[in-house]
Amino acid sequence: MAIESSMNALCHQHVIQLDHVSFDYQDQSVIRDLNFAVKQRDFVGLIGSNGAGKTTLMRMIVGLLKPKTGSIELFGEPISQFKDWQRIGYVPQKNSFNPLFPATVREVVQSGVFGKRNIARKIPKADVQKCTDAMEVMRISDLATKRIGQLSGGQQQRVFLARALINNPDLLILDEPTVGIDIETQHDFFQLVQHMHQHHRMTFLMVSHDMEMIEAYLGKEPVQQSGKLKFYVKHSHEIENCVDTNLAHSLSTREAELH
Amino acid sequence: MVLELLASGFFLKALIGGVLIAVVAPLMGTFLVLRRLSMIGDTLAHVTIAGVALGFLIQVYPLLVGLIFALLASFAIEKLRKAYKTYAELSIAIMMSGGVALASLFFTLGMSFNLNVSSYLFGSIYTLTNADIYVVAGVAVIILIAVAVFWKELFLLTFDEDAAEVTGLPVKMLNAMVTVLTALIISVSIKIVGALLISALLTIPVACSMLIARGFKQSIIFSVIIAEIAAIAGLLIAGVWSLAPGAMIVLMLIAMLIVTMIVKRGLKV
Repeated sequence: MAIESSMNALCHQHVIQLDHVSFDYQDQSVIRDLNFAVKQRDFVGLIGSNGAGKTTLMRMIVGLLKPKTGSIELFGEPISQFKDWQRIGYVPQKNSFNPLFPATVREVVQSGVFGKRNIARKIPKADVQKCTDAMEVMRISDLATKRIGQLSGGQQQRVFLARALINNPDLLILDEPTVGIDIETQHDFFQLVQHMHQHHRMTFLMVSHDMEMIEAYLGKEPVQQSGKLKFYVKHSHEIENCVDTNLAHSLSTREAELH
Repeated sequence: MVLELLASGFFLKALIGGVLIAVVAPLMGTFLVLRRLSMIGDTLAHVTIAGVALGFLIQVYPLLVGLIFALLASFAIEKLRKAYKTYAELSIAIMMSGGVALASLFFTLGMSFNLNVSSYLFGSIYTLTNADIYVVAGVAVIILIAVAVFWKELFLLTFDEDAAEVTGLPVKMLNAMVTVLTALIISVSIKIVGALLISALLTIPVACSMLIARGFKQSIIFSVIIAEIAAIAGLLIAGVWSLAPGAMIVLMLIAMLIVTMIVKRGLKV
Protein backbone atom coordinates (compact mmCIF):
# COMPACT_ATOMS: atom_id res chain seq x y z
CA MET A 1 0.00 0.00 0.00
CA ALA A 2 2.62 2.47 1.10
CA ILE A 3 4.71 1.68 -1.94
CA GLU A 4 1.74 2.15 -4.26
CA SER A 5 0.83 5.55 -2.89
CA SER A 6 4.38 6.77 -3.08
CA MET A 7 4.51 5.51 -6.68
CA ASN A 8 1.38 7.49 -7.41
CA ALA A 9 2.84 10.57 -5.87
CA LEU A 10 5.88 10.07 -8.08
CA CYS A 11 3.73 9.84 -11.20
CA HIS A 12 2.02 13.16 -10.62
CA GLN A 13 5.15 14.96 -9.68
CA HIS A 14 7.10 16.97 -12.19
CA VAL A 15 10.54 15.57 -12.77
CA ILE A 16 11.85 18.90 -14.04
CA GLN A 17 10.06 22.20 -13.65
CA LEU A 18 11.39 25.37 -15.23
CA ASP A 19 9.70 28.55 -14.06
CA HIS A 20 10.42 31.83 -15.88
CA VAL A 21 14.03 30.82 -16.41
CA SER A 22 16.33 33.31 -18.11
CA PHE A 23 20.02 33.23 -18.77
CA ASP A 24 22.35 35.60 -20.51
CA TYR A 25 25.93 35.20 -21.47
CA GLN A 26 28.03 38.37 -21.67
CA ASP A 27 24.99 40.68 -22.07
CA GLN A 28 23.50 38.45 -24.73
CA SER A 29 20.24 36.82 -23.78
CA VAL A 30 20.49 33.08 -24.43
CA ILE A 31 17.33 31.89 -22.73
CA ARG A 32 14.42 34.23 -22.08
CA ASP A 33 11.56 33.56 -19.71
CA LEU A 34 11.35 29.83 -20.30
CA ASN A 35 8.57 27.80 -18.72
CA PHE A 36 8.61 24.08 -19.18
CA ALA A 37 7.70 20.98 -17.22
CA VAL A 38 8.88 17.43 -17.74
CA LYS A 39 6.57 14.82 -16.27
CA GLN A 40 7.31 11.33 -15.11
CA ARG A 41 8.12 9.01 -18.05
CA ASP A 42 8.08 11.77 -20.64
CA PHE A 43 10.65 11.62 -23.40
CA VAL A 44 11.76 15.16 -24.17
CA GLY A 45 13.85 15.95 -27.21
CA LEU A 46 15.57 19.32 -27.26
CA ILE A 47 16.62 20.73 -30.59
CA GLY A 48 18.28 24.00 -31.47
CA SER A 49 20.99 25.41 -33.69
CA ASN A 50 24.42 26.25 -32.31
CA GLY A 51 24.13 29.03 -29.78
CA ALA A 52 20.45 28.39 -29.17
CA GLY A 53 21.20 27.61 -25.54
CA LYS A 54 20.84 23.81 -25.51
CA THR A 55 23.99 23.21 -23.54
CA THR A 56 23.28 26.17 -21.27
CA LEU A 57 19.86 24.78 -20.43
CA MET A 58 21.25 21.30 -19.77
CA ARG A 59 23.94 22.67 -17.53
CA MET A 60 21.35 24.65 -15.58
CA ILE A 61 19.18 21.57 -15.14
CA VAL A 62 22.04 19.53 -13.71
CA GLY A 63 23.10 22.40 -11.50
CA LEU A 64 26.34 23.34 -13.25
CA LEU A 65 25.01 26.82 -14.06
CA LYS A 66 22.65 29.09 -12.15
CA PRO A 67 19.81 30.82 -14.02
CA LYS A 68 19.91 34.62 -14.00
CA THR A 69 16.26 34.76 -13.01
CA GLY A 70 13.53 32.22 -12.44
CA SER A 71 13.64 28.89 -10.68
CA ILE A 72 14.33 25.26 -11.47
CA GLU A 73 12.90 22.32 -9.53
CA LEU A 74 14.01 18.72 -9.73
CA PHE A 75 11.58 16.10 -8.44
CA GLY A 76 9.62 18.86 -6.75
CA GLU A 77 12.59 20.30 -4.92
CA PRO A 78 14.32 23.63 -5.65
CA ILE A 79 17.61 22.83 -7.33
CA SER A 80 19.67 24.59 -4.67
CA GLN A 81 18.34 22.14 -2.08
CA PHE A 82 18.34 19.08 -4.30
CA LYS A 83 20.80 16.51 -2.96
CA ASP A 84 19.63 13.27 -4.50
CA TRP A 85 21.85 13.38 -7.59
CA GLN A 86 21.93 9.60 -7.72
CA ARG A 87 18.43 9.79 -9.24
CA ILE A 88 19.86 11.44 -12.33
CA GLY A 89 21.92 9.61 -14.93
CA TYR A 90 24.02 11.84 -17.18
CA VAL A 91 25.51 10.83 -20.52
CA PRO A 92 27.99 13.46 -21.73
CA GLN A 93 29.00 14.28 -25.27
CA LYS A 94 31.27 11.67 -26.75
CA ASN A 95 34.27 13.95 -27.05
CA SER A 96 34.09 15.19 -23.49
CA PHE A 97 37.09 13.09 -22.53
CA ASN A 98 40.61 12.73 -23.88
CA PRO A 99 41.03 9.48 -25.85
CA LEU A 100 44.53 9.07 -24.40
CA PHE A 101 43.18 9.00 -20.85
CA PRO A 102 44.26 5.75 -19.19
CA ALA A 103 41.07 4.26 -17.78
CA THR A 104 39.51 0.86 -18.30
CA VAL A 105 35.87 0.39 -19.23
CA ARG A 106 35.18 -1.02 -15.79
CA GLU A 107 36.79 1.97 -14.08
CA VAL A 108 34.64 4.37 -16.08
CA VAL A 109 31.39 2.50 -15.42
CA GLN A 110 32.26 2.16 -11.75
CA SER A 111 32.81 5.90 -11.46
CA GLY A 112 29.03 6.20 -11.66
CA VAL A 113 28.84 5.37 -7.96
CA PHE A 114 31.84 7.47 -6.95
CA GLY A 115 29.67 10.44 -6.11
CA LYS A 116 28.18 8.58 -3.19
CA ARG A 117 29.68 9.58 0.12
CA ASN A 118 30.69 6.49 1.93
CA ILE A 119 33.28 6.23 4.61
CA ALA A 120 34.48 2.82 3.53
CA ARG A 121 37.03 3.61 0.88
CA LYS A 122 36.86 0.24 -0.77
CA ILE A 123 34.13 -0.05 -3.36
CA PRO A 124 31.33 -1.99 -1.65
CA LYS A 125 30.55 -5.43 -3.05
CA ALA A 126 27.03 -4.32 -3.97
CA ASP A 127 28.44 -1.52 -6.13
CA VAL A 128 30.88 -3.88 -7.85
CA GLN A 129 27.90 -6.09 -8.66
CA LYS A 130 25.91 -3.09 -9.95
CA CYS A 131 28.81 -2.26 -12.24
CA THR A 132 28.98 -5.83 -13.56
CA ASP A 133 25.21 -5.76 -14.15
CA ALA A 134 25.29 -2.43 -15.94
CA MET A 135 28.05 -3.68 -18.26
CA GLU A 136 26.04 -6.84 -18.88
CA VAL A 137 22.96 -4.79 -19.75
CA MET A 138 24.90 -2.67 -22.24
CA ARG A 139 26.67 -5.75 -23.66
CA ILE A 140 30.14 -4.43 -22.92
CA SER A 141 31.20 -7.05 -20.35
CA ASP A 142 33.84 -8.47 -22.67
CA LEU A 143 35.40 -5.01 -22.96
CA ALA A 144 35.72 -4.51 -19.18
CA THR A 145 39.52 -4.45 -19.09
CA LYS A 146 39.98 -2.57 -22.38
CA ARG A 147 41.14 1.01 -22.37
CA ILE A 148 38.26 3.38 -23.04
CA GLY A 149 40.10 5.27 -25.79
CA GLN A 150 40.56 2.09 -27.84
CA LEU A 151 36.82 1.51 -28.21
CA SER A 152 34.72 2.60 -31.15
CA GLY A 153 32.43 5.60 -30.76
CA GLY A 154 29.37 3.39 -30.39
CA GLN A 155 31.02 1.23 -27.74
CA GLN A 156 32.18 4.31 -25.83
CA GLN A 157 28.64 5.59 -25.78
CA ARG A 158 27.44 2.29 -24.34
CA VAL A 159 30.06 2.63 -21.64
CA PHE A 160 28.73 6.07 -20.68
CA LEU A 161 25.18 4.80 -20.82
CA ALA A 162 26.14 1.93 -18.51
CA ARG A 163 27.72 4.45 -16.13
CA ALA A 164 24.55 6.55 -16.16
CA LEU A 165 22.36 3.48 -15.54
CA ILE A 166 24.39 2.06 -12.68
CA ASN A 167 22.35 3.86 -10.04
CA ASN A 168 19.03 2.95 -11.63
CA PRO A 169 18.17 6.61 -12.20
CA ASP A 170 14.67 8.08 -12.54
CA LEU A 171 15.86 10.68 -15.02
CA LEU A 172 18.32 10.09 -17.82
CA ILE A 173 19.91 13.14 -19.42
CA LEU A 174 21.71 12.68 -22.72
CA ASP A 175 23.77 15.54 -24.13
CA GLU A 176 24.15 15.02 -27.89
CA PRO A 177 24.92 11.37 -27.29
CA THR A 178 25.64 10.46 -30.89
CA VAL A 179 27.91 13.24 -32.11
CA GLY A 180 30.79 11.77 -34.07
CA ILE A 181 29.32 8.29 -34.40
CA ASP A 182 28.51 6.64 -37.73
CA ILE A 183 24.89 6.62 -38.90
CA GLU A 184 24.25 2.95 -38.32
CA THR A 185 25.52 3.04 -34.75
CA GLN A 186 23.51 6.22 -34.15
CA HIS A 187 20.42 4.38 -35.28
CA ASP A 188 21.14 1.43 -32.98
CA PHE A 189 21.72 3.76 -30.08
CA PHE A 190 18.40 5.59 -30.60
CA GLN A 191 16.58 2.25 -30.86
CA LEU A 192 18.08 1.21 -27.55
CA VAL A 193 17.09 4.47 -25.87
CA GLN A 194 13.56 4.23 -27.26
CA HIS A 195 13.23 0.70 -26.00
CA MET A 196 14.26 1.81 -22.53
CA HIS A 197 11.71 4.61 -22.64
CA GLN A 198 8.88 2.32 -23.65
CA HIS A 199 9.54 -0.44 -21.19
CA HIS A 200 10.89 1.25 -18.10
CA ARG A 201 10.03 3.84 -15.56
CA MET A 202 12.67 6.31 -16.66
CA THR A 203 12.17 9.89 -17.82
CA PHE A 204 14.35 11.09 -20.69
CA LEU A 205 15.78 14.43 -21.65
CA MET A 206 17.88 14.32 -24.78
CA VAL A 207 19.65 17.14 -26.57
CA SER A 208 20.23 16.35 -30.18
CA HIS A 209 20.63 17.96 -33.53
CA ASP A 210 19.47 14.87 -35.34
CA MET A 211 16.08 16.16 -36.57
CA GLU A 212 15.30 12.93 -38.33
CA MET A 213 15.51 10.74 -35.26
CA ILE A 214 13.67 13.22 -33.06
CA GLU A 215 10.84 13.59 -35.57
CA ALA A 216 10.61 9.86 -36.12
CA TYR A 217 10.03 9.20 -32.45
CA LEU A 218 8.58 12.40 -31.05
CA GLY A 219 6.54 13.70 -33.99
CA LYS A 220 7.05 16.56 -36.42
CA GLU A 221 5.57 19.33 -34.31
CA PRO A 222 7.43 20.76 -31.34
CA VAL A 223 5.15 21.16 -28.31
CA GLN A 224 6.90 24.35 -27.39
CA GLN A 225 9.32 26.82 -28.84
CA SER A 226 11.35 29.34 -26.93
CA GLY A 227 13.71 31.50 -28.92
CA LYS A 228 15.70 29.07 -31.06
CA LEU A 229 15.02 26.14 -28.73
CA LYS A 230 12.42 23.57 -29.74
CA PHE A 231 10.93 21.01 -27.39
CA TYR A 232 9.56 17.73 -28.71
CA VAL A 233 7.77 15.44 -26.29
CA LYS A 234 6.36 11.95 -26.17
CA HIS A 235 4.20 11.81 -23.08
CA SER A 236 3.88 8.81 -20.83
CA HIS A 237 0.26 8.24 -21.88
CA GLU A 238 1.38 7.71 -25.46
CA ILE A 239 3.40 4.63 -24.60
CA GLU A 240 2.60 1.22 -23.17
CA ASN A 241 1.66 1.20 -19.58
CA CYS A 242 3.34 -1.99 -18.55
CA VAL A 243 6.82 -1.52 -17.26
CA ASP A 244 9.47 -4.11 -16.82
CA THR A 245 11.39 -3.31 -13.68
CA ASN A 246 14.26 -5.52 -14.70
CA LEU A 247 16.27 -3.59 -17.27
CA ALA A 248 18.71 -6.43 -17.84
CA HIS A 249 15.92 -8.88 -18.56
CA SER A 250 14.06 -6.58 -20.92
CA LEU A 251 17.16 -5.65 -22.89
CA SER A 252 18.29 -9.22 -23.33
CA THR A 253 14.79 -10.16 -24.56
CA ARG A 254 15.03 -7.27 -27.00
CA GLU A 255 18.43 -8.39 -28.15
CA ALA A 256 17.10 -11.92 -28.70
CA GLU A 257 14.19 -10.55 -30.74
CA LEU A 258 16.53 -8.52 -32.92
CA HIS A 259 18.59 -11.54 -33.92
CA MET B 1 81.89 1.01 -4.83
CA VAL B 2 78.12 0.99 -4.40
CA LEU B 3 78.40 -0.53 -0.95
CA GLU B 4 80.87 2.15 0.04
CA LEU B 5 78.42 4.76 -1.14
CA LEU B 6 75.58 3.23 0.81
CA ALA B 7 77.69 3.15 3.94
CA SER B 8 78.18 6.87 3.78
CA GLY B 9 75.48 8.71 5.71
CA PHE B 10 74.95 11.52 3.26
CA PHE B 11 74.37 9.17 0.34
CA LEU B 12 71.93 7.03 2.30
CA LYS B 13 69.96 10.12 3.24
CA ALA B 14 69.93 11.20 -0.38
CA LEU B 15 68.64 7.79 -1.39
CA ILE B 16 65.87 7.84 1.22
CA GLY B 17 64.83 11.33 0.18
CA GLY B 18 64.87 10.36 -3.49
CA VAL B 19 62.84 7.20 -2.92
CA LEU B 20 60.20 9.10 -0.91
CA ILE B 21 59.78 11.85 -3.49
CA ALA B 22 59.66 9.32 -6.31
CA VAL B 23 56.60 7.69 -4.68
CA VAL B 24 54.51 10.81 -4.24
CA ALA B 25 55.56 13.08 -7.12
CA PRO B 26 54.16 10.82 -9.88
CA LEU B 27 51.13 10.11 -7.70
CA MET B 28 50.10 13.76 -7.73
CA GLY B 29 51.53 14.19 -11.22
CA THR B 30 48.92 11.75 -12.53
CA PHE B 31 46.10 14.03 -11.45
CA LEU B 32 47.84 17.09 -12.89
CA VAL B 33 48.96 15.68 -16.24
CA LEU B 34 45.62 14.05 -17.00
CA ARG B 35 43.87 17.35 -16.37
CA ARG B 36 46.29 19.13 -18.70
CA LEU B 37 47.94 21.01 -15.86
CA SER B 38 51.47 19.70 -16.49
CA MET B 39 52.99 23.15 -16.33
CA ILE B 40 51.58 23.94 -12.89
CA GLY B 41 54.44 22.07 -11.23
CA ASP B 42 57.07 24.11 -13.01
CA THR B 43 55.32 27.37 -12.23
CA LEU B 44 54.88 26.62 -8.55
CA ALA B 45 58.52 25.56 -8.35
CA HIS B 46 59.69 28.91 -9.67
CA VAL B 47 57.54 30.76 -7.17
CA THR B 48 58.74 28.47 -4.39
CA ILE B 49 62.39 29.43 -4.95
CA ALA B 50 61.38 33.04 -4.51
CA GLY B 51 59.89 32.03 -1.15
CA VAL B 52 62.97 30.05 -0.20
CA ALA B 53 65.18 33.03 -1.00
CA LEU B 54 62.99 35.31 1.10
CA GLY B 55 63.14 32.78 3.93
CA PHE B 56 66.92 33.07 3.96
CA LEU B 57 66.70 36.85 3.89
CA ILE B 58 64.34 37.10 6.84
CA GLN B 59 65.84 34.07 8.60
CA VAL B 60 62.70 31.94 8.67
CA TYR B 61 62.76 28.20 7.76
CA PRO B 62 63.14 28.64 3.95
CA LEU B 63 61.03 25.63 2.92
CA LEU B 64 58.12 26.96 4.96
CA VAL B 65 58.25 30.37 3.28
CA GLY B 66 58.58 28.56 -0.04
CA LEU B 67 55.47 26.55 0.73
CA ILE B 68 53.50 29.66 1.64
CA PHE B 69 54.58 31.28 -1.63
CA ALA B 70 53.54 28.18 -3.59
CA LEU B 71 50.11 28.15 -1.94
CA LEU B 72 49.55 31.85 -2.59
CA ALA B 73 50.66 31.37 -6.19
CA SER B 74 48.32 28.45 -6.75
CA PHE B 75 45.32 30.50 -5.67
CA ALA B 76 46.50 33.43 -7.76
CA ILE B 77 46.70 31.08 -10.75
CA GLU B 78 43.07 30.06 -10.18
CA LYS B 79 42.02 33.72 -10.10
CA LEU B 80 43.94 34.51 -13.28
CA ARG B 81 42.53 31.43 -14.99
CA LYS B 82 39.05 32.75 -14.35
CA ALA B 83 39.92 36.23 -15.60
CA TYR B 84 41.27 34.88 -18.91
CA LYS B 85 39.09 31.79 -19.17
CA THR B 86 39.88 30.53 -22.67
CA TYR B 87 43.51 31.61 -22.45
CA ALA B 88 44.11 29.87 -19.15
CA GLU B 89 47.78 29.11 -19.88
CA LEU B 90 48.46 32.84 -19.69
CA SER B 91 48.06 32.60 -15.93
CA ILE B 92 50.85 30.03 -15.79
CA ALA B 93 53.18 32.18 -17.90
CA ILE B 94 52.51 35.23 -15.74
CA MET B 95 53.08 33.43 -12.45
CA MET B 96 56.22 31.72 -13.69
CA SER B 97 57.95 34.91 -14.74
CA GLY B 98 56.69 36.66 -11.62
CA GLY B 99 58.27 33.91 -9.52
CA VAL B 100 61.60 34.13 -11.33
CA ALA B 101 61.62 37.92 -11.00
CA LEU B 102 61.02 37.76 -7.24
CA ALA B 103 63.57 34.99 -6.81
CA SER B 104 66.30 36.90 -8.62
CA LEU B 105 65.45 40.02 -6.62
CA PHE B 106 65.75 38.18 -3.30
CA PHE B 107 68.86 36.33 -4.35
CA THR B 108 70.66 39.54 -5.30
CA LEU B 109 69.54 41.17 -2.05
CA GLY B 110 70.93 38.16 -0.23
CA MET B 111 74.34 38.20 -1.91
CA SER B 112 75.92 39.32 1.32
CA PHE B 113 74.39 36.28 3.10
CA ASN B 114 76.30 34.05 0.71
CA LEU B 115 73.21 32.35 -0.64
CA ASN B 116 73.92 29.38 -2.80
CA VAL B 117 71.52 29.91 -5.67
CA SER B 118 72.39 26.88 -7.72
CA SER B 119 71.62 24.47 -4.87
CA TYR B 120 67.98 25.55 -5.07
CA LEU B 121 67.79 25.59 -8.82
CA PHE B 122 69.42 22.20 -9.30
CA GLY B 123 69.02 20.60 -5.89
CA SER B 124 71.60 19.62 -3.33
CA ILE B 125 70.51 16.19 -2.31
CA TYR B 126 73.77 15.38 -0.51
CA THR B 127 73.19 18.12 2.03
CA LEU B 128 69.88 16.71 3.29
CA THR B 129 69.65 16.83 7.06
CA ASN B 130 67.71 14.47 9.30
CA ALA B 131 65.10 17.20 9.72
CA ASP B 132 64.72 17.44 5.93
CA ILE B 133 64.13 13.70 5.71
CA TYR B 134 61.45 13.88 8.40
CA VAL B 135 59.70 16.71 6.56
CA VAL B 136 59.78 14.80 3.26
CA ALA B 137 58.51 11.65 4.98
CA GLY B 138 55.73 13.61 6.65
CA VAL B 139 54.60 15.10 3.34
CA ALA B 140 54.78 11.67 1.70
CA VAL B 141 52.52 10.20 4.38
CA ILE B 142 50.00 13.06 4.06
CA ILE B 143 49.83 12.60 0.29
CA LEU B 144 49.53 8.82 0.47
CA ILE B 145 46.67 9.11 2.95
CA ALA B 146 44.90 11.80 0.91
CA VAL B 147 45.11 9.78 -2.29
CA ALA B 148 44.06 6.56 -0.56
CA VAL B 149 41.04 8.25 1.00
CA PHE B 150 39.93 10.29 -2.01
CA TRP B 151 41.04 8.21 -5.00
CA LYS B 152 37.49 7.59 -6.20
CA GLU B 153 36.65 11.28 -6.07
CA LEU B 154 39.97 12.22 -7.63
CA PHE B 155 39.44 9.75 -10.44
CA LEU B 156 36.02 11.14 -11.29
CA LEU B 157 37.28 14.72 -11.03
CA THR B 158 40.18 13.93 -13.35
CA PHE B 159 38.21 11.91 -15.86
CA ASP B 160 35.08 14.01 -16.11
CA GLU B 161 34.84 17.19 -14.07
CA ASP B 162 31.24 17.86 -15.16
CA ALA B 163 30.08 14.44 -14.07
CA ALA B 164 31.88 14.93 -10.77
CA GLU B 165 29.95 18.13 -10.21
CA VAL B 166 26.64 16.62 -11.29
CA THR B 167 27.04 13.73 -8.87
CA GLY B 168 27.45 16.28 -6.12
CA LEU B 169 31.17 16.05 -5.38
CA PRO B 170 32.71 19.09 -3.69
CA VAL B 171 34.74 19.90 -6.80
CA LYS B 172 36.17 23.19 -5.54
CA MET B 173 37.36 21.58 -2.34
CA LEU B 174 38.99 18.69 -4.22
CA ASN B 175 40.68 21.08 -6.66
CA ALA B 176 42.07 23.06 -3.76
CA MET B 177 43.33 19.85 -2.17
CA VAL B 178 45.20 18.82 -5.32
CA THR B 179 46.81 22.26 -5.52
CA VAL B 180 47.83 22.31 -1.87
CA LEU B 181 49.31 18.81 -2.07
CA THR B 182 51.21 19.76 -5.23
CA ALA B 183 52.59 22.85 -3.52
CA LEU B 184 53.64 20.64 -0.59
CA ILE B 185 55.53 18.19 -2.80
CA ILE B 186 57.27 20.91 -4.72
CA SER B 187 58.47 22.79 -1.69
CA VAL B 188 59.91 19.69 -0.06
CA SER B 189 61.56 18.39 -3.21
CA ILE B 190 63.37 21.61 -4.05
CA LYS B 191 66.37 20.46 -2.06
CA ILE B 192 66.29 17.00 -3.60
CA VAL B 193 65.99 17.54 -7.35
CA GLY B 194 65.93 21.32 -7.53
CA ALA B 195 63.27 23.74 -8.66
CA LEU B 196 64.17 23.48 -12.32
CA LEU B 197 63.88 19.71 -12.35
CA ILE B 198 60.97 18.85 -10.05
CA SER B 199 58.48 19.14 -12.89
CA ALA B 200 60.18 16.16 -14.52
CA LEU B 201 59.38 13.89 -11.57
CA LEU B 202 55.75 15.01 -11.67
CA THR B 203 55.24 14.55 -15.39
CA ILE B 204 57.66 12.17 -17.13
CA PRO B 205 56.72 9.01 -15.16
CA VAL B 206 53.08 9.74 -16.03
CA ALA B 207 54.00 10.33 -19.66
CA CYS B 208 55.58 6.84 -19.71
CA SER B 209 52.79 5.04 -17.91
CA MET B 210 50.07 6.66 -20.02
CA LEU B 211 51.56 4.91 -23.01
CA ILE B 212 51.52 1.43 -21.53
CA ALA B 213 48.88 1.28 -18.81
CA ARG B 214 45.41 -0.01 -19.56
CA GLY B 215 43.61 1.61 -16.69
CA PHE B 216 43.92 4.38 -14.18
CA LYS B 217 45.08 2.28 -11.24
CA GLN B 218 47.65 0.56 -13.40
CA SER B 219 48.82 3.92 -14.70
CA ILE B 220 49.43 5.19 -11.16
CA ILE B 221 51.31 2.04 -10.18
CA PHE B 222 53.48 2.07 -13.33
CA SER B 223 54.33 5.74 -12.90
CA VAL B 224 55.53 5.16 -9.34
CA ILE B 225 57.63 2.16 -10.39
CA ILE B 226 59.17 4.14 -13.25
CA ALA B 227 59.98 7.07 -10.97
CA GLU B 228 61.55 4.75 -8.40
CA ILE B 229 63.77 3.05 -10.96
CA ALA B 230 64.90 6.41 -12.31
CA ALA B 231 65.51 7.88 -8.87
CA ILE B 232 67.52 4.94 -7.52
CA ALA B 233 69.47 4.31 -10.72
CA GLY B 234 70.07 8.02 -11.25
CA LEU B 235 71.39 8.52 -7.74
CA LEU B 236 73.66 5.46 -7.91
CA ILE B 237 75.11 6.51 -11.25
CA ALA B 238 75.61 10.05 -9.98
CA GLY B 239 77.23 8.75 -6.80
CA VAL B 240 79.62 6.36 -8.50
CA TRP B 241 80.80 8.78 -11.18
CA SER B 242 80.36 12.01 -9.17
CA LEU B 243 77.76 13.51 -11.48
CA ALA B 244 74.91 15.91 -10.68
CA PRO B 245 72.27 13.74 -8.95
CA GLY B 246 69.14 15.73 -9.83
CA ALA B 247 70.20 15.87 -13.48
CA MET B 248 70.90 12.12 -13.54
CA ILE B 249 67.43 11.32 -12.20
CA VAL B 250 65.80 13.43 -14.89
CA LEU B 251 68.00 12.01 -17.66
CA MET B 252 67.14 8.49 -16.48
CA LEU B 253 63.45 9.41 -16.70
CA ILE B 254 63.85 10.67 -20.24
CA ALA B 255 65.80 7.56 -21.20
CA MET B 256 62.96 5.42 -19.82
CA LEU B 257 60.42 7.45 -21.78
CA ILE B 258 62.37 6.87 -24.99
CA VAL B 259 62.67 3.15 -24.28
CA THR B 260 58.93 2.95 -23.51
CA MET B 261 58.07 4.65 -26.78
CA ILE B 262 60.37 2.40 -28.79
CA VAL B 263 59.08 -0.76 -27.11
CA LYS B 264 55.48 0.33 -27.62
CA ARG B 265 56.06 1.08 -31.27
CA GLY B 266 57.91 -2.20 -31.67
CA LEU B 267 55.00 -4.13 -30.21
CA LYS B 268 52.51 -2.38 -32.45
CA VAL B 269 54.23 -2.86 -35.79
